[in-house]
Parts: sequence; structure tokens; C-alpha cells
Amino acid sequence: MGLRCVSFLVAIVTTLSAGVAFAAAPIKIGGLFAVTGPAAFLGEPERNTAKMVVDEINKAGGVKGHKLELVVYDTSGDATKAVQLATKLVRDDHVAAIIGPSTTGESMAVIPVAEREKVPLISCSAGIKITEPVKKWVFKTAQNDTLAVGKIYEYLQRHKQSKVAILTVSDGFGASGREQLKAQARKYGITIVSDDTYGPKDTDMTAQLTKIRGSQAQAIICWGTNPGPAVIAKNARQLGIKTPLFMSHGVSSKKFIELAGDAAEGIKLPSGKVIVADLLPGSDHQKNPLLAFVKDYQRHYRAEGDHFGGHAWDAVMLLKNAIERGGDTRATIRDQLEKTHGFAGIGGVFSYSAQDHAGLNKDAFVLVEVKKRDWTIVK
Amino acid sequence: MRRDLLKFLLFAVAILVAPLAFKGGYLMNVLVFAGINTMLAVALNLLLGYAGQISLGHAGFFGLGAYLSGILTATYGWNAWLAMPLAALAVGMLAGLIGFPILKLKGHYLAMATLGLGIIIYIVFNETVDLTGGPSGFSGIPNLAIGSLVFDNDLKNYYLIWAFTLAVVLFCLNLARSRVGRALRAVHDSEVAARVMGVNARILKVQVFALSAVISSLAGSLYAHTMTFVSPASFGFNFSVELLTMVVIGGLGSIYGSFLGAALLTLLPELLRGAQDYDILIYGGLLMVMVMFLPGGLVRGIPDLFRKLAGRGEGAGNA
Repeated sequence: MGLRCVSFLVAIVTTLSAGVAFAAAPIKIGGLFAVTGPAAFLGEPERNTAKMVVDEINKAGGVKGHKLELVVYDTSGDATKAVQLATKLVRDDHVAAIIGPSTTGESMAVIPVAEREKVPLISCSAGIKITEPVKKWVFKTAQNDTLAVGKIYEYLQRHKQSKVAILTVSDGFGASGREQLKAQARKYGITIVSDDTYGPKDTDMTAQLTKIRGSQAQAIICWGTNPGPAVIAKNARQLGIKTPLFMSHGVSSKKFIELAGDAAEGIKLPSGKVIVADLLPGSDHQKNPLLAFVKDYQRHYRAEGDHFGGHAWDAVMLLKNAIERGGDTRATIRDQLEKTHGFAGIGGVFSYSAQDHAGLNKDAFVLVEVKKRDWTIVK
Repeated sequence: MRRDLLKFLLFAVAILVAPLAFKGGYLMNVLVFAGINTMLAVALNLLLGYAGQISLGHAGFFGLGAYLSGILTATYGWNAWLAMPLAALAVGMLAGLIGFPILKLKGHYLAMATLGLGIIIYIVFNETVDLTGGPSGFSGIPNLAIGSLVFDNDLKNYYLIWAFTLAVVLFCLNLARSRVGRALRAVHDSEVAARVMGVNARILKVQVFALSAVISSLAGSLYAHTMTFVSPASFGFNFSVELLTMVVIGGLGSIYGSFLGAALLTLLPELLRGAQDYDILIYGGLLMVMVMFLPGGLVRGIPDLFRKLAGRGEGAGNA
């Protein structure tokens, strides 16, 4: 007992003295991620990645001599909690900027806090409402689903297919996707012949698919995150549906292929470039950061780096760049963020401006196809 | 009677001075939500603790209040002070209408029916995208204001919400001690016996259900104007269960118990945050210990525990 007590004291003393050793004051960054709860598949890789990147930046000497210090809280995907914790980050932890939250609902809830307290917020969630209309203090790194929808419709238009059936999940991600699918259809000369939804926890979608089979659809577009789309892929195969199946970027990780198994073969989806990093041509600006991220994540967590982690990677690196370019207060960091131009990250090449706080264009996505249980790029 | 008033005044003063101890840090923000949760727990306790009728759908009434206030003010530009009572009235009437058939049920069946009601309301929030913004939520709700005084920071919101909460607490304390309160307890103990004594149990149950819904709706409106944003996820089944836990942990049939339960369950997760990944484990463990060793809830359990520790435990069981 006495020995343990002594070693504990020693530990405290070493930590304290280590703290003193840093000459320049550390810059605090707040992180809000849904590490537990229904959105844990987003929050966990995001937190892991943020920690990893901050560690690496510090090992390499920090930013302009300042170490970064990451203060992370788990929101469990709850909007009320996200607001409380954002307030905590601002008032008690005095962070210079916040990255996260993981879901659109939480981000929307936290936006009033960021605006009122004047703290730069880089959201890691996809909802288009987060940055449209533009809010002074709010940026985001996750690709807008507008761009993903555009990528699929472009392909369909090129292949002269105009009748589609859409099947979307009834949560924030699906609702936003559905809105975009309907809004952009006309622009690409596409008619939606069937429009159905399914619940996030549904385990059988044969009813919806049977209805779609009876329609004239030339393509089925499903918008959801795991495991729903895998169920749809399997159900479609069981029903013998031959209509080409498209998915959203919400399933672009190996997990989807694992879940859907053989039924995943031939499915096409728009995806950020992470999952096909090694297939990219050398001329792609993102290739190097992507490969570095994938390798790092593999080494740290023995798992493949994915898009969700990528959103946090981008957020931390964007902050780092903004600080390097001279941002040292909340206000100057915000101003520098807005001047970000041509930053090649994981989600795409970011260029923010006063009119655009999402910063990406359609090139952030590639259309991929599942072949032999792996991804290939559709030319 | 005098002692009760003194107790309430002490409670009110404690609430009044609490911000001095927190100096505007983020805990103030948590205390604002503790106020809202207290209001909800007190409302649910009227139903569960006094009348003995369970509800697993109270998050639904809470949500209806929040959305009605939010939509009326943000979409249709109503005055918030007008939208709030109107929302409460509408929710009360809805609860009254549904209460008639639903409260004929007892025990598990009533639990299931109210559970269903809560889930239906949740689904409506999710699916009526044009009206509620669907799963990604509804934003742009204005803060409450009196003249040029806008309730836009935690300190102002704290006093605003706790003023409402104290009013609700005072009202419920009085109700519990009145003839109605005694009738409710009679219904709780034995509905048949209560009827024999001339209590119209059926109407009484519907009335208390509606009243409880009205208070929940009011809490919802305050929540919406404080957060300035609402999303369906905050009004799901989980939150109904959380409310139920607050009431049970605090003590059934005790208004102050509901306050203790709400305060504890709102603050505990924040205090445990330092324990990082183990917080949920500790939180669950503490709840389990409390239910096992303080089955009567905090308000009865703590004095019992002291008595037991002091070695005078004989009469503790039936205190």
C-alpha cells in the first residue's frame, strides 16, 4: 500500500514537472464526439483520429512552438449534452476552437453556442444546413450530400438512365439525402418513380423492395448508414432484383462489404477517396495525405482509417494551418480558417471563403464499385 | 403548515443563491437543465407517485410543448408568451382526450399504452419533415424576452426557469396536501375503496394525467426557448425512462424527492466526466446501489440510512 502511494506521488510529480517543461503555453482545442450511443460509429474513429493527429503534431514540435492540447468530451449523440459540453469547453476549458460534433442534430444545437460565444467550430457532420446559410463561426469538413447525389446522378445521366427508385433511412442522414435526391433530380433529367423510407433499426426491407420491383425503376438508390443498406443489398439479392443498386457515401467502409457479403458485388456508391487511396493516380493532390492517414491509423488502432476519422483529421489540420498562418486568438483563427485555400485533406481539397464554409467541390467524391469484395474506381 | 412553508422558503432561497457558488461557469448551464428536469419529474411524480399511474410517454408531452412553441414562434412569428400557454393548453387537451381510454388500463398494459403514445409522438416529429425539420432538427427558435430583457445567457435562463420550477413545486406541494391530493393517494392505494368514499376515480385520473402533461409541455416550451433548437432525439423513449428514474430515485410521492432525483441525475454524469471511459459504468453502478439500498428513494432513504447507522434501525422499514 505504501509503495503504491509513493509511486502515485512520483507519477504526480513527474506529470507536473513535465507540464512545467513546456515553455510556450499550449493551445487548447475542444473536441465533441459521439463516442457512445447510436452514432458511436462516427464518434469513435473521430476521437481516435483527433488524438492521433494532435499527438503527432506535438511530437513534431507543436505549432509555432506551442503544443496542442486536445480536450475531448463524449456527447453520446445527445443534442442537450452537446450544448452543455460546448459551453463547458468555452467557459471552463477556455479552448481556442472546437471540432465536432459528430451528428447533424448535435451540430445544429451547438451552432448558437459557437455564434454567441464567438468560438470557431469545425463540424464533422454532413448536414447541409450547418453551413447553408453561412454562419460566421461555423465551418465543416464532412462532404455535403449534395455532392454525393450529384456524383450518382451524373453517372446515371451518362448511361441514359432516367427512372430511379429511392429508399432512404428515416434519420438525419437519410432525410437530408432524400431532400437532395428529390431536389436535384430535375437538373439531371431524372424522374423518381418510387420514394420509400425505412427505420434505422429495421431488419427486413423486402416490403419496400417488392414495391420497387413492381415499378419501372432503372436504378435503385439507397441512402443510409450501416447496417440498413447491407440488409437492403441482401434482400434485393434474395428477391432476385437485377436493377442496379446504388448506395450513399454513408457506407463507404469495408464494414459494408463485410456485412453484405456476396450481395455487395456490383454495388456502386459515391465515396471520399480514403478507401481507394492506393488506386489513385500519382497526380492526385490528396494521395499523399490519404496514404499517410491510412497508415498511421492502422499503426495506432489496428483498424483501417475511414472517412469519419478523416473528418476529424481535416478539422485538426485545418486548425493547425490557420494557427501557423497567424491565428492565435479565437477571432484570428476564424479569419485564417476562412482564408484556407487548396488544402488537400482526407475529405477533399478544401477552399473556404466568406460565402462558402463547406469548402469542397464534386471532385471530393469518386464513384466506386464493389468487385471481388474490394473497392474499384468506376471510370 | 408553518413548517412546510418554511421548508419551501429555505428551498427557494437555496435556489436563489446557488449561482453565487458556480460563478457563471458551465455548471450554470447544467443547472438550467436541472430546473427543467425538476419540473418534468415533479409532473410525472403527480401521476406516478400520487395517483399510482405509470407513464412511459412523458418525453412525448415534453417534446410536443417544445415543438409547438418552437414552430409557432419561429415559423409563424407568434409571441413566445402567447405560444407557451397555447401549447400547454393543446397538449393538456390532447392528454385529456387520450387519457380517457388509456387510463382504463392498469399496470403493464398502461405502461405499454403510454409507451406507444410516446413513440407515436416521436415518429411524428421525425416524419413531418416540412413542419418539424425531421431528424436533423428545428432551429431558429427565439429566446424568451420581457420588454428589452432577453433571456439569452445561462444566468438569466437560470432565474427564469427556476422561477417557473418553484411555482410548479409550490403548486404541486399544495395540490398534494389538498383534498385532491388525498383523493389521489386513495386512488393509488385502492381504487375501489376510493370510489366507495365518493371519489370519481376515472375523472380524477384523467385530470391528473392532463395536468401532468400541461406541466411537461410548459417545461418543453422553456427548453425550446433556452436551447433555441430542438431535435426529435431529445424526446425519445430513453428520455421517458430517464424521467422515470429521476422520480423513482428521488422518491415516489414526494415533490422534494423529485427535485433531488432530477438534480442528482442531471449533475451526476457531469461530475463523473472526469472518470473518462468509466463514467457510464460508475453511473450505472451508483444507480443500482441506490435502488438496492434506498428502495424508498433518496428523500426517505437518506434519513433511514442515518437512523440505521445510529443504531436505531428498528422502525426504519416502515417510516
